[in-house]
Amino acid sequence: MTESRLTNTLLTLLTYAVAIVMFFPILWMFLTAFKTEQTAFDIVPHFLFTPTLDSFKLALAQGNGYWHYAFNSALSAVASTLIGLVLAVPAAYAMAFFPSKRTDFTLVWMVSTKFIPAVGVLIPVFMVYKSLGLLDNIWGLTMLFTAMNLPLIVWMVYSYFKDIPKDIIEAADIDGAGTLQTMVKVVLPLALPGLASTGLLALILAWNESFWSLTMTDHKAATLAVFIASFKSAEGLFWAKMSAASVLTVTPIIILGWFAQRQMVRGLTFGAVK
Amino acid sequence: MDSITTTQPVHSGKAAKAQRKVASAPTRRLMAPAVIFLFVWMIVPLVMTLYYSLQNYNLMMPTMRSFAGILNYDLLFSDPTFWAALGNTLLLVAACLIVTVGLGLALALLFNRTFIGRGAARTLAISPFFIMPVVTGLIWKNMMFHPVYGLISWALRALGLEPVDWLAHHPMMSIVIMISWEWTPFALLILLTGLQSLPEDQIEAVRLDGANKWQEFRHIVLPHLGQVLYVVVMLESIFFLTSFAEIYSTTGGGPGTATTNLPYYIYLGAFFQYDIGSSSAAAIGAVILANIFAIFLIRFVAGNLNAGSQR
Repeated sequence: MTESRLTNTLLTLLTYAVAIVMFFPILWMFLTAFKTEQTAFDIVPHFLFTPTLDSFKLALAQGNGYWHYAFNSALSAVASTLIGLVLAVPAAYAMAFFPSKRTDFTLVWMVSTKFIPAVGVLIPVFMVYKSLGLLDNIWGLTMLFTAMNLPLIVWMVYSYFKDIPKDIIEAADIDGAGTLQTMVKVVLPLALPGLASTGLLALILAWNESFWSLTMTDHKAATLAVFIASFKSAEGLFWAKMSAASVLTVTPIIILGWFAQRQMVRGLTFGAVK
Repeated sequence: MDSITTTQPVHSGKAAKAQRKVASAPTRRLMAPAVIFLFVWMIVPLVMTLYYSLQNYNLMMPTMRSFAGILNYDLLFSDPTFWAALGNTLLLVAACLIVTVGLGLALALLFNRTFIGRGAARTLAISPFFIMPVVTGLIWKNMMFHPVYGLISWALRALGLEPVDWLAHHPMMSIVIMISWEWTPFALLILLTGLQSLPEDQIEAVRLDGANKWQEFRHIVLPHLGQVLYVVVMLESIFFLTSFAEIYSTTGGGPGTATTNLPYYIYLGAFFQYDIGSSSAAAIGAVILANIFAIFLIRFVAGNLNAGSQR
């Protein structure tokens, strides 16, 4: 009995240790952000130091552009999520409540477009965007984020709609409500929690997206991914500033992510694991 | 699971009437926007990539454009860098899979116990998954891997060992470490969800039969987790195949071609050599590779779909 209790305690301590090790690089980034550049870049790491907000002030200063990139990140993430939901809700509604022989095929086809690697469409998208003047354009980027997330959004909304009993639609239909009215007034309120978590996941994925931002934007439409990537070629003492910029970039998403843990499993596995 | 036939739901008289009437809802118009959007943004460019891959087309000489047949593919197959990139891609996928699934499973088993502070510990452990890949790259490259000022070098020196220049001497291992750090939480989270839906009654039964922990794991837990593992492996493979930002922000594909994977190879070919034709041929290669994994996954998703509609 005592032996198994000892094992249990040891396993718990091991779990704590692993959790701390996994989180450590993030913690270190947070600590570094509050250091001076000299303390950050020292041969002996400083775990205790006098915190300073200088690096944050620098990262947020006019001309350094954090707000420019953050605005683009927020706009493209929010807009692509909303456009994705507006496109996905009617499609998911039709497939969930009025399935036909083709429904399964259409749904699986939509999901399968998620598995086309971005490099598979990179070159034509770049060429067409170039000729349409959509390069370094926030809406061009937003549309790519939408395309990237749409299969996932359709799938998730579909699975939430499936949980709503069909009788409700039939009852509304007998009461003479039109399709649009039934969808907006009856189904959407019932699916609201599901729609919210779908939107949350899409928002996280769009904010963190780097491939399209790095290849399709330069400055005007550049997102935080591009801003952070610009530290790649920085020289001299820049660790504290880079950490401060990174903290400002990842914090909102880490917090949103903590709330979205369960929905993430459901969404990212396309319902295969619940 | 075996039967793929979709059974039509049986309705009572009144409901069937309603169903008929409702079935006239404009399903096509409802689905059209999403279908068209995906078609325009994914399928059309995919076909264009295929078309470009059959063209002599370099942006340095945009006027000298002509039909090339399979020339681009010939050139691609005789390019040692392409084969190196393909090898690196597969190595990266395999190594990251082993690390993330192995660690993820071990962590899921640890987190599947009840103990104080479980929620907080799990939240900390899965946080790396939410970090933007570019941030991951730069934080690890500088503050972890730096040969002199990095934390790992400091730890090695403290242990009396020689510090290592990770990105220069073990570039692929460094990339694998970074990507695994980001994706182990994903495996953990999904495997944990799988563990939490274990058949409790069966476990109870084998425990009464006197099975030890290992037998319990081998005969009940592992088969149940099989499906979940399958999904994790397939999804992660597809994501690992397209790794880009971690490489872009750290090694830039180097030293030499040591960490150039297929996406990075295509990116370099198109954006630095302006070779639209052969980069497109390589892109088609990447699509085929991704499809090999995707086909299995899509079949699994479609199977679940039919299982669901029979309820």
